[in-house]
Amino acid sequence: MATKLPAKDVVIIGLGWTGAILAHELANEGLDIVAIERGPWRDTATSFNIGYAADELRYGVRYDLCQKTAQGTLTFRNSDRETALPIRQWGSFQPGNGVGGAGVHWGGQTWRFLPSDFCIRSHLSERYGARFIPEELSIQDWGVTYDNLEPYYDRFEYLAGISGKAGNIKGVIQAGGNPFEGPRKREYPLPPMQMTLAPTLFGEAARSIGYHPFPSPSANLSTDYTNPLGVRMGQCTYCGFCVRFGCANYSKATPQTTILPVLMRKSNFEVRTESEVLRINLDRSGKHATGVTYIDESGNKREQPAELVLVCAFAFNNVHLMLLSGIGRSYDPKTRQGTVGRNYAYQTYSSVQLYFDDKNFNPFISAGALGQSADDFNGDNFDHAGLNFVGGAGITCQPTNGRPLANLPVPPGTPRWGARWKEQVKKNYLRSFGFVSQGSSHSAYANCLDLDPTYTDRIGRPLLRMTFDFPENDVRMSNYITGKMEPIAKAMNPRQYVVNRVATPYSVIPDQSTHNTGGAIMGTDPTLSAVNKYLQSWDVPNVFVIGASAFPQNPGYNPTGTVGALAYWAADALSSKYLKSPGPLVPA
Amino acid sequence: MCASITRSGFLAFAGLLVILGNAVADESHSLDTIERGKYLATAADCTACHTRSGGKLFAGGVNLQTPFGALVGANITPDPAAGIGDWTDDEFVSALRDGRGRRGKRLYPAMPYPAYTKMTREDALAIRAYLRSIEPAPDRLESNQLPFPFNIRSAMAVWNMINFQPGQEAADPSKSGQWNRGHYLVDAIGHCGACHTPKNVMGADRRSSYLQGGLLQGWYAPNITGETRRGIGAWSIEELVAYLKTGANAYTVASGGMGEEVVHASSHMTEADLDAVAVYLLSVKPAVRQSPLPLDATDPRMMAGQALYKDICSPCHTDAGTGAARLFPRLARSPAVHADDPTTLIRTVLYGSRGAATDGAPTGPRMPSFFWRLGDAQVAAVITYIRNAWGNAASPVSTNQVREIKSEPSAG
Repeated sequence: MATKLPAKDVVIIGLGWTGAILAHELANEGLDIVAIERGPWRDTATSFNIGYAADELRYGVRYDLCQKTAQGTLTFRNSDRETALPIRQWGSFQPGNGVGGAGVHWGGQTWRFLPSDFCIRSHLSERYGARFIPEELSIQDWGVTYDNLEPYYDRFEYLAGISGKAGNIKGVIQAGGNPFEGPRKREYPLPPMQMTLAPTLFGEAARSIGYHPFPSPSANLSTDYTNPLGVRMGQCTYCGFCVRFGCANYSKATPQTTILPVLMRKSNFEVRTESEVLRINLDRSGKHATGVTYIDESGNKREQPAELVLVCAFAFNNVHLMLLSGIGRSYDPKTRQGTVGRNYAYQTYSSVQLYFDDKNFNPFISAGALGQSADDFNGDNFDHAGLNFVGGAGITCQPTNGRPLANLPVPPGTPRWGARWKEQVKKNYLRSFGFVSQGSSHSAYANCLDLDPTYTDRIGRPLLRMTFDFPENDVRMSNYITGKMEPIAKAMNPRQYVVNRVATPYSVIPDQSTHNTGGAIMGTDPTLSAVNKYLQSWDVPNVFVIGASAFPQNPGYNPTGTVGALAYWAADALSSKYLKSPGPLVPA
Repeated sequence: MCASITRSGFLAFAGLLVILGNAVADESHSLDTIERGKYLATAADCTACHTRSGGKLFAGGVNLQTPFGALVGANITPDPAAGIGDWTDDEFVSALRDGRGRRGKRLYPAMPYPAYTKMTREDALAIRAYLRSIEPAPDRLESNQLPFPFNIRSAMAVWNMINFQPGQEAADPSKSGQWNRGHYLVDAIGHCGACHTPKNVMGADRRSSYLQGGLLQGWYAPNITGETRRGIGAWSIEELVAYLKTGANAYTVASGGMGEEVVHASSHMTEADLDAVAVYLLSVKPAVRQSPLPLDATDPRMMAGQALYKDICSPCHTDAGTGAARLFPRLARSPAVHADDPTTLIRTVLYGSRGAATDGAPTGPRMPSFFWRLGDAQVAAVITYIRNAWGNAASPVSTNQVREIKSEPSAG
């Protein structure tokens, strides 16, 4: 029997980017808020000593900042013809754990999606005809437009101190920026990072063959910054320990470095760490949440009543909680009925590795989002007429690190160990770099999340089951874009370049783009989406589900910028609409 | 949802009623007086000694390590038995300003009556009015935990005869009202000299070195006079006010004891009062002493220190020692860095320190600890380097000095 605690106005599940943003915005409204976080407390001062923050074995190899699979994992299969098996070691994706969530160990690439990404089905139908969209794809419009989200993208970018160069300010194309991006109302808060040699050469080569490279928008700060909340951040030192690591220098935008110092000072906010929510509780009608039940840090079961439940965990953990709590109907790929678990997507990835004789790239001078990108083949930026696919990819050169365990590129044919391997490592460590295509992942009817019928977690709850393989459309897309990468490689005149096409079937083992989306998607039709355009559950209106779980499909960009924008968007809807009149914000 | 908002609103209102109720009990104490007393008690940082971390407000219990032994901050809540609830106003004022408690009991000057003696009776009574308005706490404490012979309170009569100058100081008519207000706040209320003025063998202020830096509880409180090299004379009034108000300015971030002072006291003071404090402090100009010459850059300690600095310290403090405003303290020409006494510097490198977090500067950045990573000789070398680079000049730090600080019981 769970001990019932005094009621709160709001309970937030998970204190990462979205939980911290929602908590801060609603605390400003005077609400009494508790965040329940499965993992430990983390802040820069106490968790990331400069002396061990760069422990590659601990963080880079053993994923110390990630969810522990013994505490919670999911099962995986490529299709419903297989039996899913539990994932025991992360690779293809790396859910975070603890205060700050995956926002602690992210790299810092902070994109806006293209305007057409938000209305993909109607846009493609209008431009190419509805029959152009492959039948396997379940892609759909978001219910919000780029213009709706623009002010919220802006808020997130200024909160985080993003370094970049605008390509389109109020419709006027800006030299040096991304000419394909949607209009933004003002420049990035900080100028781009200083370029290292590899992205500089990449940019020159891409430009020489007619592409439009620009500095990638980065949450690694190009200079010192004070954000609108008054929190102070420092200039990035280009140490190359961003992805999978916490930043010891206050230089990477994370909840810790942007928002928690202010949030934690608020007397109407508290966080309970090492506490795992078991389920969201519903009243007898099943249409109203009464709070959550969780296990606290001492292993005691607690019931936390609340008027409002905000589900702010990692994307697929949001979906897991919805399914465990019986909120919405589980999606069935056979009947294509149900909403929760629908439209899970990932990303489609390929790369080119180059080897030179006469260049020194000093790869250890790097950062998680330092580099250049070209968007000429992203989304619908190019004419798909006559092509056999929809979607596209950003082509980016962002050498994130020169870490000694992870980054020792050697050409194919090199032995995996021994004197010959050492010789090749020595020869190539300073003289090699890669660039990638990060492609859209279109949701497909066959790809989904549901509860596993066999495997349970340590508490006895069914694990989440992921069923995913690359849609044929996305493989065709990725191979086409990879073909567009080769001329860039050739223009740099390397000794050798090696093309790594998207590997099928999809595997959860290798690190690819790491971005999981969907499963509790937003939309305009309650039979096709789990949440409305304000991220409010169609079925239980005092539950909001915030994060990449809401993406109906995954464009060819990193998700965090849009996750931040959606968090502010939802917070604004809560403050300006829901609190004034609790209930469904969109009639079902 | 509305219900619980209303509930918390009701609690806040009920709390206010308690304050009002206590105030009304004695009509001579208006709400204005209580508010003023609260402001003064905050500016004087009474909680530093009289409120334990996590304990009840002013219920006492804070351990104070003095060179003579331990003292414990007293319970100064209105509890008649454990606190000072049944004291008369005169008894209170006498304790505050003369160091004589009830029935003439002599206080130790850890209670800074040598400073408070300069306080007006009116301000002392305002503090009294405020203390009477707070919740009584029944915690009984023995303040005096000093060893023999220091535990003999009557000995303080001799101490007072030699060291104590009772009474207010007259305003200096040749100076502005703002300067005089600053002087009063620094000496009578803030008792800045308690930490920043060095002490003689009896633990009393060495008046000739007023505000020129003092050692207490294992930390060195730096020179805060307007002297340019050793003090804070290079700071503008605005930067000094920003430091006191938020804990951070273009030069540095408050931490350790000063961080606590900012959080609990000066960040709550008005801009006008902080301006006055700044005007006064920057006007204190002791005789300039000849600067030592910096160590030669080719000195082996300097070369070793520079290599360590570049590897470990420069990512935040920069190669030029300039740091980052309001985040990573500037080391070049920093009075705290080339102070005569390197105690704080050694401690900070060994054990790190957490910057103050305030509403105005919420970040609270931390200097990490290095004791687990650097040997004593390396700590000595890197500190010797920063004390003699970029225009700094100060005595080198020896391995033995590092060892001594590591061996202190309060280490870490």
